[in-house]
Amino acid sequence: MLLQIAWKNIWRNKVRSLVVLGSVVLGVWVGAFMVAYIYGLMNQRLKDATEYEVSHFQLHHPNFDRDKEAKYFLDNSTDLLGEIQKDKAIRAATARVIAYGVVASAKSSTGGKFIGVLPESENAVTGIGDFVIEGNYLKSNAKNKAIIGEKLADKLKVKVRSKVVLTFPAADGSIAAGAFRIIGIYKTYNKGFEESNIYVNAPDLAKLTETPNQFHEIAALLHQPDSLEAYTATLQAKHPEVFLETWKELSPELGLMIDSFDQYLYIFLIIILLALSFGIINTMLMAVLERGREIGMLMAIGMNKGRLFGMIFIETLMLVLIAAPFGLAFAYFTVSYFGEVGLDFSEVYDEGYAALGFKSLIYPAMENAYYFKIIVMVVITAVLSSLYPAWTAIRLNPVEAMSKL
Amino acid sequence: MENSKIVIKTENLTKIYGEGEVAVRAINNVDLTIKAGEFTALVGPSGSGKTTLLNMIGGLDAPTSGKVWIDKVDISTLSNNRLIDFRLHNIGFVFQAYNLIPVLTAKENIEFIMLLQKRPKAERQQRVLALLKEVGLSDKKDSRPDALSGGQQQRVAVARALASKPKFILADEPTANLDSKTAGKLLDTMAALNHEEGITFIFSTHDQRVIERAHRVITLVDGAIAKDELIEYPSDHAQPETA
Repeated sequence: MLLQIAWKNIWRNKVRSLVVLGSVVLGVWVGAFMVAYIYGLMNQRLKDATEYEVSHFQLHHPNFDRDKEAKYFLDNSTDLLGEIQKDKAIRAATARVIAYGVVASAKSSTGGKFIGVLPESENAVTGIGDFVIEGNYLKSNAKNKAIIGEKLADKLKVKVRSKVVLTFPAADGSIAAGAFRIIGIYKTYNKGFEESNIYVNAPDLAKLTETPNQFHEIAALLHQPDSLEAYTATLQAKHPEVFLETWKELSPELGLMIDSFDQYLYIFLIIILLALSFGIINTMLMAVLERGREIGMLMAIGMNKGRLFGMIFIETLMLVLIAAPFGLAFAYFTVSYFGEVGLDFSEVYDEGYAALGFKSLIYPAMENAYYFKIIVMVVITAVLSSLYPAWTAIRLNPVEAMSKL
Repeated sequence: MENSKIVIKTENLTKIYGEGEVAVRAINNVDLTIKAGEFTALVGPSGSGKTTLLNMIGGLDAPTSGKVWIDKVDISTLSNNRLIDFRLHNIGFVFQAYNLIPVLTAKENIEFIMLLQKRPKAERQQRVLALLKEVGLSDKKDSRPDALSGGQQQRVAVARALASKPKFILADEPTANLDSKTAGKLLDTMAALNHEEGITFIFSTHDQRVIERAHRVITLVDGAIAKDELIEYPSDHAQPETA
């Protein structure tokens, strides 16, 4: 009967109830969709960072990370690369020669990171060849060729077939320099990355750094990213002499973002639900005070405080729980739709997103567990929102309440 | 009547509103006894304390001093929750403004109080239909209050008060909002219930028609009983329950 009365009470003032229902639908929808947007954005950034930039893990000489000097190459790096590439858990692995120095064109110069790559395995790990928008990707038999980012090309005012000179410290501390002809220009979604990285063939760079047949870095992707911790722990135990870093250590800002996603989610949803709860409290309080005479009568004829509290509680809960599934359903459909076609912000925020390393085409996504978390939070909101109106109702004095016009 | 069971007894009942110089003594040392089967009218000018006395007898308002016994239970000692439960099982209320639940039908309004009492469904339904018949509203059982006239609503309220099988019914100005003809019909219904089934009614009223039908008329003036008149029961009246 309480359920029946609560249901009927909701529809006493249809417009008011519909406004509350609408705001709950909208709040849940917007909240869930924004969570999916942030989740999609971060998922995409994580995928891009691991697939195109830092990979799942990297190996270096223990001192290389600190000093970035050419002399800190990985011992037996060719054998180590071979061993890793043969492992069935590894999807792709490559090795790199790294140097930091100055790149100069005929018109300009700037600092840069020079990456000596094995073109085929590099492409399998980072897919950098797919980002070449002008000219061609590196070939292993071509000597002193380079590909550079579009942003860096603009900065240096160079084009395909232009020459650039790379100057950097060699392993013995002397300054090495080499001229490279640009055969391709690449463009990624990450302007910072594009602006600093120059790709050349590994043997060309190794010759200049005087580290022939040695590599400074091995990067690898796993078939199962979830097994990263277990895999790297085993690998590190097997090769204690190398310095192993996972993507979380290589890109700590990303690691922090992913680790704190749940906190973002809760803060974001709590703000939305808090705003919503004030609306619900206001509406239910109005409903209770409007029905003061009736509530007084109910207490007079013998409805105890527990039941009265329960009636207002159920009304509030019903109001929210009727609307919340619609909000979630809308969120599910819109997330599914935009998860397929993407949300394209390239017209308005392309530069802004690229500066932060994000793509401007975002695919919202949300794990089912988050829908469940949202439902739990909505229920908590409904419960909390019902407390004050229900408390107000049971504090009414029957005689005073009934005497009010 | 002398041997009838006492259902209500008040002793030195006093209610004072406010404090100090602005204190108002609404009820002043009232000693009153109501026996089962009585059809009693509390009369008096506005502000004489009729409704206050009725509220205290009904456990809706606490006395400043004195005691109220309902069927040998001192309700002034009951906790708020126990008092609500006591009202549910022992006292029926009929209010001036009917106070039906607007979203429920006549049938549901009557059934509601039995639901609070946790009576079985079959008993509830049987009693609702019987009560609707008794108050002459069998054909209106599915009507909501807004589809009923004032008199019909008040008859539903009487049926609701009876539904809980109370020891007595307190009716606060039950005819005040009704036209003469409708009030007459309502009084006929309540008089019949008293006459045939021995239901105890206590009214607070200004209405001369109620006073004319009452078997006992208590006049309150300034919160005290000024007059207590007992009128003979008709010979065919149901005999009050004996103690």
